[in-house]
Parts: sequence; C-alpha cells; structure tokens
Amino acid sequence: MAEATPSQTVGPFFSLGLCARDEHELVEPSTPGAVVVEGTVFDGAGEPVPDALLEIWLGGEDAGGWGRCGTDPQGRYRFVTPLPLPHGGQAPHLSVLVFARGLLKPALTRIYVPDDAANAGDPLLASLTETERSRLVAEPAEGGLRFDVHLQGERQTTFFAL
Amino acid sequence: MSGPFELRRVPDAEGTVHPPYAFPNYRSSRLRSPSRPLVILPEALADSTGPAFGAGTVGEAESDLTAGHADEPLGERIVVSGRVLDGSGRPLRNALVEVWQANAAGRYAHNGDQHPAPLDPNFTGAGRCLTDEEGRYRFTTVKPGAYPWRNHDNAWRPAHIHFSLFGRAFTDRLVTQMYFPGDPLFDADPIFQSVRDPRLRERLVSGFDWDTTSPEWALGYRFDIVLGGRDGTPMER
Repeated sequence: MAEATPSQTVGPFFSLGLCARDEHELVEPSTPGAVVVEGTVFDGAGEPVPDALLEIWLGGEDAGGWGRCGTDPQGRYRFVTPLPLPHGGQAPHLSVLVFARGLLKPALTRIYVPDDAANAGDPLLASLTETERSRLVAEPAEGGLRFDVHLQGERQTTFFAL
Repeated sequence: MSGPFELRRVPDAEGTVHPPYAFPNYRSSRLRSPSRPLVILPEALADSTGPAFGAGTVGEAESDLTAGHADEPLGERIVVSGRVLDGSGRPLRNALVEVWQANAAGRYAHNGDQHPAPLDPNFTGAGRCLTDEEGRYRFTTVKPGAYPWRNHDNAWRPAHIHFSLFGRAFTDRLVTQMYFPGDPLFDADPIFQSVRDPRLRERLVSGFDWDTTSPEWALGYRFDIVLGGRDGTPMER
C-alpha cells in the first residue's frame, strides 16, 4: 500500500485557488426541499474565524452532493442544499471538512438534522456520549439549519480523526 | 442511549502521516487546533464516496498559469507535473487538482497579502486540471518567490505551491504544499516542520525533472501525490 502524502495548511490566501467559483449552492434556492445551512466558525478564544473554508458532502452515490464556502469577515458560512437522505443505515447527515489558516489538516465533523426520527436509531450517534452527540446536531433556524463550528475549547465541536 | 460501536478516541495525530493540529511553533494553530479527543469513525460508518468532477467542468487553458493575461508573467517559467495515486497505488483518473501560489516576487494576488513586493499584472496564480487516464497532471507556471510572514522574528516561508486534491472518498481529500528542492528556509519553517518525520517531509519536496525540462522554454519539477494511503486516516476495522 502506498503511503499517503502529508497535509499542510490551506494558509490565508486559499480563496485565490478554492473560492474563485461560487460553489455554496448545491441546488437553486427555489428548488423544492432546499434548505439553508449556515453558521459561524469560532476559535478557542470565541473569536470568529474569517479565513476558514467549509466543504460539505451529502454522501451516497450522487456525485453532485458537494459544495464549499469560505467564511466572511464575521466568520460566517452559508450553504443552500437539499436535506440529506438516510443512507448506509445511518440517519441523514452532512459530512463536513473545515479548513483554515492555522489548521495543519482539515477538521472532520458531521451535521445531523434536529428532530429527525432516524437519529434515535443511528449507530454512530448512539455510540457517542451525550455531549459529543449534541454537538453534531444542528439547531432549527429560519429557512433551514444553524450549525456553529467551535474549533477548540470547552464548546469544541465533535471532530473525527483524520 | 448506548450504541453498537465501542468508539475509540485519540488525542491528535496518532498513527497518521499528517501533522498534528497543535503545533505551537506555528502561531496560528494555537487557538484553532482542536484540543478535545478525536473520535475514530468505524470504517463501516465512514464516507466511502466523494464528489466527482466531470471532464466538462475544467477548461484546458486552466492548467497554464502563465496564460490568460495581456502579457507573460515575470519569473522563471516552470512545468510542474506528477501523478495522483490512491492508497493502493492505482492512478486516480479525472481527479480535480487545484493549485494557487505567490508570484515570482513572493506576492499573492490577494487583498490580504500586504508584503511590499510587486504584484504582477500578468499573473493571478491560480489554476486547475483533471488528471488523465494514468493519473497524471501538468501545470505551466512561474516559480513562486519566498515571502515574509509574521509568525516569528524574521520569518520567511520557503517557496511553495498550494495543492488541493479530491480522492475516491470525501475523507481522502488532501490540501498540501509542494516545495522546491534544497530550499535553505526549510529548517526554520514551522509549517514544513509540523510534519515531524524527516522522511515524510521529503514527500512534500518536488524533484527537479529533466524529462519535463524543455530547451529554451521551462524548467521541470515533479511532484507525485498519494491520497488516502497507508496511515492516511486512522480507522477502526
């Protein structure tokens, strides 16, 4: 087996290469079922991170279920996406990679849909602690979902090893 | 609630080729590195698919960073090429490769870059391409300059090109930096040094390549990349 190439940070100027196209809308906002998924990225001091990049993946076989969005000066990101469907025996979720200046490799997390009936039977959610689980579930918000990312500290988002 | 998986948690970089999140010599990592344990995703629950980018989405001209402006950019013209492989050593076909870099004077065409080196009106410094049937990619560009940053006193980044790649699975995604052989700034650069194993650091350094060096035209550098290979992502089987 070939050995993987090590990761390096995206640095502060990634928008030059990764944000030249607008890729935050996975579907047209007028599409039936489209929701807004938005939030703010915070550092360990609770300050917004204005140079982070989020990429989301709906999972499954639909290769188009992907988008990315750089944070604005207030650390905010925003996607327009269909709600994910259950797949692989798991509750609907978005897989998320967070990149930023200061992150030497991306942070991997997931966004689950609040009050989804499938959450109770999800094998991963059920295997996590209450705190870990609660930090993967979005909050309902106008027009969709809100999910803030806390990179570090007491309120840290649940991240998976990469 | 107790689930079917006995989940393991690790502090940080354990068992992977990748740098740790927390590397205090790299100042920006101090408040941005996850500090709580990371959950190892059971393989059965991990993403096994990822986005695909069709041949129609990338234009041929996008792999030439010296084109698209009124004139030629200043600097040493180079060809950067290599192969993108998966963890089994198989070529990744139609993999999207995106690059961005500073100009020959060490300045990014980005509002946030305040380094008092000249911008080049003939160079933006971004390109993309899809790999071919053998997993090969190729860019024409100019050699980026080293540039100062404020991480520590007299801090300078070694010349590098940022690379972004997509593999078979979403979690094979890789963003890295390609360096140039023999750079005297390596020893003092905390981003390069965040990869602790010197042998692994060498994987980030391109090789000078006579095969793609062409007379009266450009110098060649070769940089091969492996996504999701051994020690890429820790996983519970």
